[in-house]
Amino acid sequence: MTEIFGIPVQAFMGQLLIGLINGSFYALLSLGLAVIFGLLNIINFTHGAQYMMGAFCAYLLLNKAGLGYWPSLVIAPVVVGITGVVIERTMLKRLYNLDHLYGLLLTFGLALIIQGVFRNEYGTSGQPYAMPKELTGGHNLGFMFLPTYRAWVIVFSLFVCLATWFIIEKTKLGAYLRAATENPALVQAFGVNVPRMITLTYGFGVGLAALAGVMAGPIYQVSPQMGADLIIVVFAVVVIGGMGSIMGSIVTGFGLGIIEGLTKVFYPEASNTVIFVIMAIVLLVKPAGLFGRER
Amino acid sequence: MKKEHRIAFAVMVAALLLAPLVVYPVFLMKVMCFALFASAFNLLVGYGGLLSFGHAMFLGTAGYASAHAAKVWGFPPEAAILFGTLCSAALGVVSGLLAIRRQGIYFAMITLALAQMIFFFYLQAPFTGGEDGIQAVPRGRLLGFVDLSNIWAMYATVLTIFLGGFLLIYRAIHSPFGQVLKSIRENEARAISLGYDTTRYKLLAYVLSATLAGLAGATKALVFQLASLTDAHWSMSGEVVLMTLVGGLGTLFGPAVGALVIISMEHYLAQLGAWVTIVQGIIFVVCVLAFRRGIVGELARILRKPL
Repeated sequence: MTEIFGIPVQAFMGQLLIGLINGSFYALLSLGLAVIFGLLNIINFTHGAQYMMGAFCAYLLLNKAGLGYWPSLVIAPVVVGITGVVIERTMLKRLYNLDHLYGLLLTFGLALIIQGVFRNEYGTSGQPYAMPKELTGGHNLGFMFLPTYRAWVIVFSLFVCLATWFIIEKTKLGAYLRAATENPALVQAFGVNVPRMITLTYGFGVGLAALAGVMAGPIYQVSPQMGADLIIVVFAVVVIGGMGSIMGSIVTGFGLGIIEGLTKVFYPEASNTVIFVIMAIVLLVKPAGLFGRER
Repeated sequence: MKKEHRIAFAVMVAALLLAPLVVYPVFLMKVMCFALFASAFNLLVGYGGLLSFGHAMFLGTAGYASAHAAKVWGFPPEAAILFGTLCSAALGVVSGLLAIRRQGIYFAMITLALAQMIFFFYLQAPFTGGEDGIQAVPRGRLLGFVDLSNIWAMYATVLTIFLGGFLLIYRAIHSPFGQVLKSIRENEARAISLGYDTTRYKLLAYVLSATLAGLAGATKALVFQLASLTDAHWSMSGEVVLMTLVGGLGTLFGPAVGALVIISMEHYLAQLGAWVTIVQGIIFVVCVLAFRRGIVGELARILRKPL
């Protein structure tokens, strides 16, 4: 059997694949956090709960309405995004003139409420979510077996990330968005409806989290706690990447997923903590983050 | 001490001396441990403006260290508590040096991530007993002659530690150091321009807060004779934020009042399971949206006196 650094190639590739999958979710979630932070100056602690809501939304659509994976991929982000819009309109907008930390506290409280309600309803154990028929099975690449669904998750999330990057960096709408990030008062003076833009941005960021949740459903189980620990890792990813750049969030997300996967191969005991260790090193070397700037 | 502080302090001491006649003393000891924990946390956020979302790491570390010292190494209680507190102080220095490199929201995220790293370490480390924790920690004899298995001796010890920690925090806040800390909270650039090395002040406040949080954790481990993962989990970090917020950020007596309110609530809602989390979340939302001064903050506003 072929080996890489003394590790069977199958195991190596398997962990690399898991790393890429995790990286896809890190990228999608940190991207949403970065977009929201850019305009609202709020770190959205509810992000993990909204990721979980996306997964549950797909689960409920399948079991109550009979709608499968593909409709869920569109409906769940929209539904969860709308709940985000409601949260922004009714609560977050009252905090913009206060210290940023109140936004963190409010969204933390919301996360507790949402996770508590789902745990009351569904208990702590996970609910399975079947893979869509079209994506079952896999391909034998000769050196490894590649399940189709996992390949789909990586390709699709990469596509969504790049599309988001394109919208923000290359379109007129994105230009407004970047301008409002720099100076909202001036952009408003030019006649752009900045409050509405802020609301929709929050909804969009939340929708990205929900989309990640739908994709995660068939891989991990759908459970009320699925986003709680993940969000802390994503915070570390955001600190490492810095929130200044969209592409930075994407690269850091995928990169750290891969590093975490490889740690599972070479030193499994550290696989839970490797991202936090990297965060500590980055803080020592480049406190603003790899792609960040001081603000 | 100002007159209103003296009166409030006297009321608090009297209440803590009389309360065990009507309330279960172990419950009161738990409240005092958390009151010290929240007061230590408030020193950092309320006066230094640094919101740490990882304070559970200090509570948990001191708990494990003192429980291990008392049970495995046979340390007497005062040495076990001292050892636990010093471990938290050391962790405070290391994590503080990393965390104060960023401000505001980043500071909160970094402390949360560091605390999660520490949590995973305790989850896997052999000496912590994993999910079981360190159980049946001996309380031992304080200074060689006071038997702490007597509930009243334990109560007096915890009361002394709490009041000592509280007075130390009072002293720190009302010293020149505390004044500089407040100036950093209000306008860090200005404090730098006046010639203060703000990084050093922030680190000192962080380490002091970590040390006192450790003192609370070490004491709590001896009271309950248990050190467990619950104390190191991120939800504990959230809980101490909640206590301080409910009582009043940046008020002297707020965190203690908040600890009493939150611990009582958890005590009475314990049988409702997940509802505790939901109620905590609702309190968070309500406090942030409509009650930002907290109980003591509102009281101080009505009385027009700083409390």
